[in-house]
Amino acid sequence: MKKKAVNTFDIEQQSPLSRFVLGLADDSLVLSHRLSQWCSKAPYLEEDIALSNVALDYIGRARMFYQYAAKIEGKGRNEDDLAYLRDERQYTNLLIHELPKGDFAFTMVRQFLVDVFYNMYLEQLVKSTDVTIAAVAAKAVKETRYHLKRSEPWITQLSQGTNESRQRILRALDELKDFTGELFEMLDWESQLVKTGVAVDRTMLKTSWDGYVQKLLAVSDIEYQDSKLQIRGGRNGIHTEHLGQMLCEMQYLQRSYPNMNW
Amino acid sequence: MTNTTEPLTKVIPTLHPIYAERVSFRNNSDCAELWQVLDIVCDPELPGLTLWDLGVLQNVKRKGNLITVVITPTYSGCPAVNAMSEDAIKAMNDAGYATVLIEVVLAPAWNTDMISPAGKQQLKALHIAPPRHDDSVDCPVCHSSDSQLLSEFGSTACKAMYRCNDCMEVFDYFKKL
Repeated sequence: MKKKAVNTFDIEQQSPLSRFVLGLADDSLVLSHRLSQWCSKAPYLEEDIALSNVALDYIGRARMFYQYAAKIEGKGRNEDDLAYLRDERQYTNLLIHELPKGDFAFTMVRQFLVDVFYNMYLEQLVKSTDVTIAAVAAKAVKETRYHLKRSEPWITQLSQGTNESRQRILRALDELKDFTGELFEMLDWESQLVKTGVAVDRTMLKTSWDGYVQKLLAVSDIEYQDSKLQIRGGRNGIHTEHLGQMLCEMQYLQRSYPNMNW
Repeated sequence: MTNTTEPLTKVIPTLHPIYAERVSFRNNSDCAELWQVLDIVCDPELPGLTLWDLGVLQNVKRKGNLITVVITPTYSGCPAVNAMSEDAIKAMNDAGYATVLIEVVLAPAWNTDMISPAGKQQLKALHIAPPRHDDSVDCPVCHSSDSQLLSEFGSTACKAMYRCNDCMEVFDYFKKL
């Protein structure tokens, strides 16, 4: 007799709304974890605290989305089950969020690129016809504005700093430009949700995002263009090699000691 | 009008409309004594600053024996929410209300205009510069307006770190949100 695995979870079988909310939750949690990896390791104390605080905002956002995702699913799972007991292929975050934290330049460049995106995206998501999603977005957008206020000056400062800091910014941009396209891609089920006013059409944000990023980098004499080759697959559970390693660490306690409490 | 809110209006004569709306909502509530019970519950990290003053306390409802306390988190990831919930339940239990439910709501999204004038005074007393609309940050110790941003984030997500250029004190600024 064929035995069914305990945590079988087929992304394809989820409803569009469920996939949508879970995707947003995964984006937030995975990025939050990457940011939290700076805790006690940042270049200096104030930055250490700042990065941890941004991580905290993202984990708060993740929790609100997971709680809602669990409610939509209605199978008795809670936010922790979704975060700690799903495997790599069941995670549906966009790939840019899962890339390792790299050096400080890489972390700040990624943060800047996603901060610009989230400022535009959440601004629209606030108008979602789904009241819970709209309420989470309304909280998150305020926090994200503040994140950008901090990440943007860092890009300029490091780009115009020493030769070393500039090289590191350029290297980070070079690596990240393969992953930015996915932020603006729509899958069929997400497009369906746009029709009902629940989701936001990501493709509509691309031009203004390009404009914002290019303008800021031009100040430091850097030309920016997304790669033609874009690496994608996050929403379908296809990840880079890095997510599995991250989850091993992040989920270790719950996997080894199930139902362990703080 | 309850006694708790009346003196607040005398501290600073101009009330922000958002706070004024909270006061009027509270005054029109039919559970005045329940609101008062919660006036002893403070933010776990800001002694003397009550949940009401901080704007976290949004509503108190009674249905039979069940008391529902409605709170809203300041920031999405604010870890103080759990402690606040426990403290609110304890205050209610101590006052003789056994069945208490905490409801966390996200809308309306918390903002610094919900902080009461007394709350802003208390922040100053704790050497934290209260949020201001004009972005000028006065030193809470010597009141000089000559201050300098050290970091966009302070000891918690809701604060930034400043230094006073006159008395050299390093202090937290409660960010406007």
